[in-house]
This record gives sequence, C-alpha cells and structure tokens, in this order.
Amino acid sequence: MLLKSIFSVFVIFVVIDLSNALYFHIGETERKCFIEEIPDETNVIVNYKVELYDPRSGGFMPSSPGIGMHVEVRDPDDKTILSRVYSSEGKISFTSHTPGEHVICMYSNSSAWFSGSQLRVHLDIQVGEHAINYGEVVQKEKLSDLQLRIRQLLDQVEQITKEQNYQRYREERFRQTSESTNSRVLWWSVTQTAVLLLMGAWQMKHLKSFFEAKKLV
Amino acid sequence: MITPKYFILLFVILVLRLVKATELTFELPDSAKECFYQEIQKNVTATLEFQVVTGGQYDVDVHLQGPQKQTLYQQIKMQFDSHTFTAPVAGIYTVCFSNEFSTFSHKLVYMDFQVGEESPLPGLVGATVLTQLETSAQSIHKSLNSIVDLQTHHRLKEAQSRKRAEDLNERVLWWSVTETLCVLVISVGQVFILKNFFAEKKPFNLK
Repeated sequence: MLLKSIFSVFVIFVVIDLSNALYFHIGETERKCFIEEIPDETNVIVNYKVELYDPRSGGFMPSSPGIGMHVEVRDPDDKTILSRVYSSEGKISFTSHTPGEHVICMYSNSSAWFSGSQLRVHLDIQVGEHAINYGEVVQKEKLSDLQLRIRQLLDQVEQITKEQNYQRYREERFRQTSESTNSRVLWWSVTQTAVLLLMGAWQMKHLKSFFEAKKLV
Repeated sequence: MITPKYFILLFVILVLRLVKATELTFELPDSAKECFYQEIQKNVTATLEFQVVTGGQYDVDVHLQGPQKQTLYQQIKMQFDSHTFTAPVAGIYTVCFSNEFSTFSHKLVYMDFQVGEESPLPGLVGATVLTQLETSAQSIHKSLNSIVDLQTHHRLKEAQSRKRAEDLNERVLWWSVTETLCVLVISVGQVFILKNFFAEKKPFNLK
C-alpha cells in the first residue's frame, strides 16, 4: 500500500518533470532544429511534449492526440540516424557513433497548407551522464547511497574524458585547417609573383616586336 | 526485494531532477527572432548564459522578460554574456534572441538556461552529519561540475575559432583564384588596348 502510493507520487513527478521544462512556440508547418556537439559513444535523451493552441479557450490543450511529431536526427556526416513519427508526447534516445555536430529536427505531421495553428513544444535534451536515470540504476543494481554517489562521479569523469578526447580531435582538425591556410597563402604568393613576372616579360617582348614591326622605334 | 528505502532514494532523485538546466544550440536565420519560455518559482535563482558560435559579427540581441512583461535584462549586439537573477514572482519567464538587425547573416547561438542551484549528489539531502568520504565525494562533484562548465566554454570558443579558420581558408582560396584570373585578363587586355591605339593612328597618318 505504501509502495503503491510512493509509486504514484513517482509517476506524478515524471509528468511534472517535463511540463517544468523549457518550451517554445512553432507554427504547425514549421521545422525546428537544434544542434548538439557531442563526442562519440554518448547517450542523448530528448523528451518532448507538444500542445496545440486552442482558439476557443485561448490557451493550449494539455493533450492533443491528433498531433504527431516527426523527429529526425542526423549525424555529422549528414546521415540520418533516426527518422520517425512519434505521438504528441515522447522520449527519443540515441547514441552517437561519430563525434561532431548532431542535428535534431522536429516538425509536426500536420497537413495544414499554411501555418495554421500554433504549437507549444516542451523540450528537454539530456546529454551524457545527465541522460542516465539513476533511479533505474538503484533499482537494478541495489546500490547503497555511497555506492550510487561514487557511481555518479565515475560517470561524470568518464563523460569529461570523452569530451576531452573529442577536444583533441577537433584541435587536430583546427590545426589542419590553419596549416592548409598557411601553405595556400605561401604557394599563392609564389605563384602570383611568377605570374606577374611572366606577364611583364611577355608584355615587353610582345610590345617590342609590335613596335619594331610598325617601325615606330 | 525492493525495500521502501530504494523508493525514497528514487523519490529524492526525481525531486532533484526538477532542478533544470537546459542547454540548446540553435540556428538563428537573418532578421529572425526566437523566444523560449521557462516557468520559474518565486525566489529561485536562475542563470542565463549565451554565446554566438558563428555568423556575422558574432552578435545577437537578448531580452529577458518576467511574467508581467517587465524587462529583467536586455543586451544589444552582444557576443556572449551570463546573467544571474532571482525570480521576484513565480511565473513564465521569456528569453528572446533576436537577429532582426541583421539582413543577411545567419547565426548559430548557444544558450544555457539553468534554474535553481546546481544539483547536489543524490542521497545527500537530509543527511546532516557527513562522513569524510561523503564530504570528499561532494567536493569532487563540485569540482567536476566546474570542469564541465569550463569545458563547455572552451568547446564553444574552439568552435568559434575553428569555424572562422575554415572560413578564412576558403576565402584565401577563392581570393587567390580570382586575383590570378584578374592579373591574366588585365595583362593581356593592356597589351591589346595599347596595340589598338597605334593601329587606329595609321589610317589617320595616311590621309
């Protein structure tokens, strides 16, 4: 009985959790994208909830069964990792395999031709160790308070290490770009000087022969 | 057997998850305005942080409004900033990022909106006397959080510089190709124009 009541409180908190999240408005046919720059092998959890504008009450309907959301996730190579239609409320999770900018796009499945009505989208994106549900971990592995705390610290450190590795990779890319710019500037200046000298010499030679032919000199 | 203790722990974790930190990176097209809304309880401290990652002069207009439309914070053409405030009343707070002053540069903006204090480690709530192990766990957690914050800053700065370098690389390429073509065309053109002057004099002389 006690367990049951605690469990219902748990369910309520999960619901409140999302309605407390940040939200924004989009038109019914609008598309909204967010970019997450993440290392590889990182978990991302996206929680969302869509509410449709209700012109009669002037507010937003708490649940709109007719509205579904297209969710598209693309990896840094522009390959689609995930593309599905979900209901008005949902949770998407994916794991990155290549480090870089992952684009998460959302748009409703509305067939309205003009952006008819407004949609309110509650969104919460959790990355890395924030995506781990410690409630589940406790239940599954029966950890004590201290063990759980250490576990969380370990997860956090692991995420920082991943991020640092990714940083190294990005630094390498940055360096390559700079070196390429450097060598391009060098080669271009050499080529440009050569082109100028050649053109100058050709101009002189050509004009000289022209004047000689015209008997001007 | 799941004991009630686990449920209580679970409950504590869920309550802690109410402390929200939302980090978003989004594209802001030219002359567009993007608003985000967040409900904040009275006397809760919130921090808004933003940075323009790419585009134009790396600036954006930011406007933070309270539930009664009062302006709490406003910045015009800022590249990055951080603002901490305590909510005077409970309600919906609005943050708007505007690129309305820009007609063609399209921007990438990072935003971090944190409501409430940084969440402590689970299980520490209610514990009055901490053992040494617990205290050190807590201080490690705090340090790790600041590492993560610094890392985010570093990542954004790096992204900004990297994108600028890539841009520079491409511009150098195009500029050099264009300039080489210009030199070739002008040199050949010069010669022909000069020849043309003398070619026209001839019939005049013969008259």
